[in-house]
Amino acid sequence: MAFITMRQAISDALREEMKRDDTVFIMGEEVGVWGGTYAVTRGFYDEFGPRRVKDTPISEMVIGGAATGAAMNGLRPVAEFMTINFAFLALDAMVNHAAKVHYMFGGQMKAPVVFRAPGGGGRQLGATHSHTPDVIFAHFPGLKVVSPSTPYDAKGLLKAAIRSDDPVLFIEHATLYQLRGEVPEGDYVVPMGVSDVKREGTDVTLVGYAQGLQVALEAAEKLAREGVSAEVVDLRSLRPLDMGPVVKSFKKTFKAVIVEEGYRSYGIGAEVAARLQEEAFDYLDAPIKRVAQFEVPLPYSRDLEQAALINVDRVIAAVKEIL
Amino acid sequence: MEKATLLEWYRQMVLIRRFEQRCSDLYSLGKIGGFLHLYIGQEAVAVGTIAARQPGDHVITAYRDHAHALAVGSETGPVLAELLGKATGVSKGKGGSMHLADVNRQYWGGYAVVGGHVPLATGLALAEQYKGTDNAVLCYFGDGSTNIGYFHESLNLAGVWDLPVVFVAENNQYGMGTAVERASAVTRMVDKAPAYGMEGKQVDGMDVMAVYEATSAALQAIRDGKGPQFLEMLTYRFEGHSMGDPLRYRTKDEVEKWREDDPIGILERYLLKENIADREELENLDKGVEQELVDAVQFAEESPFPAYEELFTNIYVED
Ligand SMILES: Cc1ncc(C[n+]2csc(CCOP(=O)(O)OP(=O)(O)O)c2C)c(N)n1
Ligand SMILES: [Mg+2]
Repeated sequence: MAFITMRQAISDALREEMKRDDTVFIMGEEVGVWGGTYAVTRGFYDEFGPRRVKDTPISEMVIGGAATGAAMNGLRPVAEFMTINFAFLALDAMVNHAAKVHYMFGGQMKAPVVFRAPGGGGRQLGATHSHTPDVIFAHFPGLKVVSPSTPYDAKGLLKAAIRSDDPVLFIEHATLYQLRGEVPEGDYVVPMGVSDVKREGTDVTLVGYAQGLQVALEAAEKLAREGVSAEVVDLRSLRPLDMGPVVKSFKKTFKAVIVEEGYRSYGIGAEVAARLQEEAFDYLDAPIKRVAQFEVPLPYSRDLEQAALINVDRVIAAVKEIL
Repeated sequence: MEKATLLEWYRQMVLIRRFEQRCSDLYSLGKIGGFLHLYIGQEAVAVGTIAARQPGDHVITAYRDHAHALAVGSETGPVLAELLGKATGVSKGKGGSMHLADVNRQYWGGYAVVGGHVPLATGLALAEQYKGTDNAVLCYFGDGSTNIGYFHESLNLAGVWDLPVVFVAENNQYGMGTAVERASAVTRMVDKAPAYGMEGKQVDGMDVMAVYEATSAALQAIRDGKGPQFLEMLTYRFEGHSMGDPLRYRTKDEVEKWREDDPIGILERYLLKENIADREELENLDKGVEQELVDAVQFAEESPFPAYEELFTNIYVED
């Protein structure tokens, strides 16, 4: 076991997959000579050279499209968007082409491409650079969307994504890059589409992923000190969404709070709550609560921005409303 | 040019022309749904360019894609079946007119978002370069598509990375109802190429031999290490943009003038004048095409629609 950061875990996964398979290569803005805007690919250019670590122009549409085309023609590109905010420019390539070619041409072709994108708010980057638009991408069948909350999951999920024959968007919450955690030496894979119980409990189910999951874990810790036992389920994948462990937990606790950093309207919480009432209606003991970002563009000013984002207190307050 | 080659081009162009006419009929009968974009008038472009490709070279285009399928040699029956939404269609009935593909023939398909396939072509080429092959990509798009961001980002990337793509602009003078000069700040498509390090060449897109020569030269230039190439094919679509086009944006005179340059007529006159073929030979080819189409229509009509279960297959490769 090594105790490493999420950044390191992602970097290790990339390096190991590139060593394992020559068809895996990286493309994106500043991924090479610079070493990656978030330093995930630091050293890769020297280690693998320009054939496998490709600096692109500032051209999101062609990053999305060319990575997809290269995947159709036998490679396994890992295309990095400098941040997910710029992936809006590539949305068409991702949802109309990467996510569709397999189906639309009757199974004749596949697009095993991975799009990596750091995202999330909380860094005083202002309204355009602070989005958590994960649901937008998760809306479309054909694309897989995963977003890890721990270094262990990050490494295993990224390996699964790269080895998958399907297109995957791998979202990295930028505030988690420094988060440390146990990661085993050597090769392992965390399958996509499998939710994971991160903490066991009996009184309430907290559902989250990525940074929201970390907030939920912290809330559970505080609640425990007050005698409230919260179970925490990590979705890990937004599509496919594995409701199994969530429903199982809910049938035990009869109460749920869904924690997500994105907006509440049309969000993950809305989806999970709807599924819970469909799949476990008889177990509903209280309204299902959602803790999410306020419905405002994120402001720059520090306290103002923090006020709009999710936090531990808001999760605890939501739990107390339904206990 | 060998006689057999010229006659094959003639046959392909006639096949495309009559295939499209059949489609028009089947559309009127309600057997083809959705959007239908005919290639009538532009036949020499698909036939002449694809004739120049070597095994291993790729083809990818927009939604006006029937001709490219037929020119790469896709079977007429399954192509027509796709348009009828049948299970035996090239894309199992899930793509339709705008999304034909035949990957076994390196035809990566038609794409209905204007410009969306241009970066895909760039990526196909990137994969060939990465694998160290000599193969290139023929990427087709309309004049209207040269105004979209995808086009510019893709040409630039191909230029910077020296990717083996022949960008083939099919300038049929209009994007839907918008004439080139109303939509593009420069009216010659080739004038966009130098911005991305390509010279570009204007070609008479009604002359299949000229199209073939230019494409062969472009492919050779790529294999000689000269980087991506740009060809502007000057052509015209004789029919509307798609079915039901009110055709308010151009005059009958203009259409009639272009029809004098009918690509099939040009080749036919050449074959007869140079005594390469006589009328009887050409009529026999026409008859062969007619029979092929009768068979294709029968095949498509008699084929079943996809089973309900097909709705849920191929969403992902892995479940
Ligand atoms: C992104 C996008 N915008 C608009 C359309 C609608 N549309 C379909 S075809 C077309 C005109 C394209 O013209 P051109 O590229 O010249 O091709 P042509 O139809 O002449 O072959 C338009 C605007 C579309 N399919 N995609
Ligand atoms: Mg046009």
